[in-house]
Amino acid sequence: MTISPSNVSLERRAWNIRRHAIRMGEVQGQGYIAQALDIADVLATAYFHAMRYEPQNPEWEGRDRFLLSNGHYAIALYAALIEAGIVPEDELETYGFDDSRLPMSGMASYTPGMEMSGGSLGLGLSIAVGKCLGLKRKGSDSRVYTLFSDGELDEGSVWEAIMSAAHYKLDNLIAIVDVNNQQADGPSTSMLGFEPLAEKLAAFNWFVQRVDGNDLGAVRAAFDAAKDANGGRPSMIIADTLMGKGIPFLEARDKNHFIRVDAHEWQLALAALDERKPA
Amino acid sequence: MKPATAHPAPAAKGADAPAKPRLTTSAMIASIAGEGQRTKPAPFGHALVECAKTDPSIVGMTADLGKYTDLHIFQQAFPDRYYQMGMAEQLLFGAASGLAAEGFTPFATTYAVFASRRAYDFIHQTIAEEDRNVKIVCALPGLTSGYGPSHQAAEDLALMRAIPNMTVIDPCDAHEIEQAVPAIVAHKGPVYMRLLRGQVPLVLDEYGYTFELGKAKMLRDGYEVLLISSGIMTMRALEAAKALEADRVDVGVLHVPTIKPLDTATLLEACAKPGRLVVVVENHTVIGGLGEAVAGLLMREGVHPAFRMIGLPDEFLAAGALPTLHDRYGISTDALCAQVKGWLK
Ligand SMILES: Cc1ncc(C[n+]2csc(CCOP(=O)(O)OP(=O)(O)O)c2C)c(N)n1
Ligand SMILES: [Mg+2]
Repeated sequence: MTISPSNVSLERRAWNIRRHAIRMGEVQGQGYIAQALDIADVLATAYFHAMRYEPQNPEWEGRDRFLLSNGHYAIALYAALIEAGIVPEDELETYGFDDSRLPMSGMASYTPGMEMSGGSLGLGLSIAVGKCLGLKRKGSDSRVYTLFSDGELDEGSVWEAIMSAAHYKLDNLIAIVDVNNQQADGPSTSMLGFEPLAEKLAAFNWFVQRVDGNDLGAVRAAFDAAKDANGGRPSMIIADTLMGKGIPFLEARDKNHFIRVDAHEWQLALAALDERKPA
Repeated sequence: MKPATAHPAPAAKGADAPAKPRLTTSAMIASIAGEGQRTKPAPFGHALVECAKTDPSIVGMTADLGKYTDLHIFQQAFPDRYYQMGMAEQLLFGAASGLAAEGFTPFATTYAVFASRRAYDFIHQTIAEEDRNVKIVCALPGLTSGYGPSHQAAEDLALMRAIPNMTVIDPCDAHEIEQAVPAIVAHKGPVYMRLLRGQVPLVLDEYGYTFELGKAKMLRDGYEVLLISSGIMTMRALEAAKALEADRVDVGVLHVPTIKPLDTATLLEACAKPGRLVVVVENHTVIGGLGEAVAGLLMREGVHPAFRMIGLPDEFLAAGALPTLHDRYGISTDALCAQVKGWLK
């Protein structure tokens, strides 16, 4: 059994994911909220359009795997897992507190549906290579989706995995890189230049698509094309995103790895979102 | 494989659930300073700028953690002597080795976990084996982040101690960091130094303390118990000694900021005092850190005091608020006092 087709729109799913994330940010008074807002459209598409899974049985053998390589985006994935019914919604009240199943950095042993322990960046694609090899070895048709951040492109390990995935023709791998042009010390472009990224990855024998990661139609089309048309190649979706997407005052704020959100602004963010509720 | 249920789902809220204070997870940008404690901002960054004014060989390097290791202070003062390497720790230390080979003195910064784990072979081979003059300066030492094992450097000292040629330093406060920076510039060869950043506590100035590379210093003497400590645990040991004094327990504190090479003479003399319980206190796993280093020394030299160790357990530590975690793992001041009292019974 997989999730039954629902008549809830992807727009609404993405909006719900943003709302859950802001509520978690408010609970803890901190969190990577600007990143959660930028990646909500990708997560909505992964969980409500592309992936196969059973919400009640997150370890179901036939599921598609989702790896969160950028573990500091956990707040975003928890929001998606809540929306998917894998984590109960009222658990968001525990986000980041002692003994919660939702720690601030994503870890496999804590959270149902969290398939790897992140926090140390640059690990996910290597795990993905092994999972893809293992799934093929088992004769499984499940896919491995792996989300990682543009900062992770700096790590050599990521490029080792990129070469390996092409070498082994891992057409069951769909990687998504969030190009929000932000890292800890400043804009990614000022850290360690990785452009022209699409050309580089294509030269590494990946099937590459570059989309506006906040355009749901484009993201959905990219996931579809990644599944269908990769011709024995692993698939990379380069998602250019806007930090703070969906909350105008956060979209306009100075970009920072930890975007400033004052205590009273969590409610303002929810109000701004509520004004923009899709059908 | 660990099941996803290793951590139980929260129980339904009962009407009579005890009201526990809810502490937020300590972000990696948070300061280790307690409420109302005296602090100094960015002592490492400022001390490095001072050294660099007279030593043109000094360059600063980081792997996307300049702001989080106080190296941005150096960047502002000497923008053309600062190298942002991107989030590439292996590259950071390999390139630091290369700069050192060309006569420069690189100060290379990241978090302790990423130097000691991600880049270990690069440090071992390109820096230590080649005996390059690289200063590795790392924030979030031991258990100073609530983000879980990825950011908790419980074993950094064990890993760095095990490398030949490496000098290893675990400073206690801002006063000591300020003095350690010129000292490691003066020392030729690879150094690993643990870093406290942001608003860093000021403690040791009250003890008339001066840092000397390779020297342990008795901060207060006591005939019943000797606490041997480094880093932030010296701050805790001093607090515990004061608290125990109120309970009429006489406690000495020996501060050992240089983990390698150990000040064996001072340690042996202090531990040979008869009738005194020796307790090594460390912000590090009990495996391979100061505790086992001191234990090994005492065994080899035939000095056998009553001996105990306080340190982090051999397990993956939890995520959560730092005060909770320090209590749980026995390295808060209260936990120190309780353990010492238990052993004296
Ligand atoms: C291996 C590793 N090195 C350094 C860090 C510290 N760190 C945490 S997030 C971050 C920025 C990485 O870039 P990105 O994920 O693109 O940042 P964001 O878009 O969330 O601002 C860094 C350097 C880390 N977590 N892991
Ligand atoms: Mg980024």
